[in-house]
Amino acid sequence: MASTITIHPRSSTDRSQHSSQSAWGRWLFILPLLILNLIVVVVPSIFGLLLAFTDWSGYGPINFIGLKNFTALFEDPIFFKSLGNNLIWTAIFLTVPIAVGLLGAYMLSGIKRGQIFFRIVYFLPYVFASVVNTQIWRQILHPRVGIGPILAEYGISFLDFPIFGTRETALLGVAFVDGWHFWGFLVILYLSAMVAVDTELYEVARLDGATRFQQFRFVTLPSIRPTLVFTILMITIWSSLVFDYVFIMTGGGPANSSEVMGTYLYQNAFQRFDVGYAASIGVMMSLWVMLAIAGFTYLRWRGWEI
Amino acid sequence: MLNQQRVRSQIPNYIVLLLLALFALTPIVILFFNSVKTTVEIGRNPIGFPEELRLDNFGDAWQQGGYAVTIRNSLIMMSATIVSSLTLAGLAAYALARLKLRGSALIAFYFLVGTSVPPQLFMVPLFIAWRQLGLINTHLGMIIIYTGLYSPFATYLLRSYMIGLPEEFMEAARIDGASNFQIFRTIILPLSWPGFMTAGLVIGLNVWNEFLFAVTFLLDPSLKPVATSLFEFQGRFSRDWGLTSAGSVIMVIPIIVLFLFLQRRFIEGLTQGGLKG
Repeated sequence: MASTITIHPRSSTDRSQHSSQSAWGRWLFILPLLILNLIVVVVPSIFGLLLAFTDWSGYGPINFIGLKNFTALFEDPIFFKSLGNNLIWTAIFLTVPIAVGLLGAYMLSGIKRGQIFFRIVYFLPYVFASVVNTQIWRQILHPRVGIGPILAEYGISFLDFPIFGTRETALLGVAFVDGWHFWGFLVILYLSAMVAVDTELYEVARLDGATRFQQFRFVTLPSIRPTLVFTILMITIWSSLVFDYVFIMTGGGPANSSEVMGTYLYQNAFQRFDVGYAASIGVMMSLWVMLAIAGFTYLRWRGWEI
Repeated sequence: MLNQQRVRSQIPNYIVLLLLALFALTPIVILFFNSVKTTVEIGRNPIGFPEELRLDNFGDAWQQGGYAVTIRNSLIMMSATIVSSLTLAGLAAYALARLKLRGSALIAFYFLVGTSVPPQLFMVPLFIAWRQLGLINTHLGMIIIYTGLYSPFATYLLRSYMIGLPEEFMEAARIDGASNFQIFRTIILPLSWPGFMTAGLVIGLNVWNEFLFAVTFLLDPSLKPVATSLFEFQGRFSRDWGLTSAGSVIMVIPIIVLFLFLQRRFIEGLTQGGLKG
């Protein structure tokens, strides 16, 4: 850099507060954001924790009832159904989108022409709103005006039924739609990790006669492990928070078969006005997130390079 | 010779990549096809090419869905959230990146934890507080929430941008007696506008698409943004597939256009922030 730049400050009257400006003065830069975050997130979260020990309806007096909400929660079959569905959701998202994301990224890293085109196409569903993506698939998988009846005419009948209206398939259907909008995001993350891998490693592997799958297994995967572990953590956290897609497509039904903690909490808070009970579900969701982060931190503490 | 061999070895890559591209694109193409069909035609021909272009769907959806109002509502919330988040985040990022702030590691940790709190934990108390303050069914109430939710992400993104700026400029200004705020305004801001633009795009996209808080806090139809009003519209005309598809297309067209022009920035912003849409 040979260019020289001269700075002309507007005034030099406040010389007193230059680099030795007080620590308090520096904190002023960050204070507005901290205060807003306290108002919107932290203080209400603390109240959320406290309300879990009350039977409040959102109006009137607040009675502390100890652990009653939690004991009720542990006897509530719908809560267990929701928790189980969140676990199923996690298992699905930790396998299918990650596998497709790795496949797409590995294939993309092996080509030169058209990389930008594929990146754009894969990422497009990710920038679409949940209300739009759900509409797209509700129509395509509709039992009357979707592809099910058409395929059935050709003898392929496994889609010829109301996927979102059947207990056994509602959750899987919604997970499929959410996954369809999500996997492209993983492709981009994995791709940017893969292009950073030292090409010499591949050449050594090739000289050793490694197949493409072996190169992927023994060069690519270990090299992108930090990104992989990071996405596993994020997916584990997000899977406990899922709301939009379930709420819009099935509302948790039919008969709570696709209920997740997020929709069940919403139902309790805003339809049954059982704010205390809803808050106790919120506490369970936070526990999930804390466990995921604690696990991640533990692995890092144990010396994993993540 | 070698080159030809390399091209041939890439053929399997292209086959897989094209199949994945079809998987991503076909449903979107079907949505566009259906947006210009009548409902009768969709019943006959649910995924194929439209027989004739029925553009009336767009006019009807625009009218029935009240898009003139909902787009205005979304734009108000987007622009105000972008301006306020970038202001707060810009100042905070500057302090974290450039001023030797004692305890800045603690603040970074706080943001990490603060952004992974489930919205469902604080949404209900926030709803009650907003009810007491008269902020339910107001755009101001939503703008405050969105700013609180998205500015930590913007701070993170801007901080990593500002750390990369060369130190010499700031040193020179400091020797000339500029205050921290003057340095921020005259040096940091002009140099880090690409970071601000990326953060602004991501925040705008998030507000445009946001569902959970909008569906909870804005119940008055005249105040709803595009997302929740489209949700309600889909419910009202659930059998009118042509009409509701056109409504969805109206919502995604601005996003597609912006995304095609600024894809690099969108992708960079969304993958760095770790926000889920």
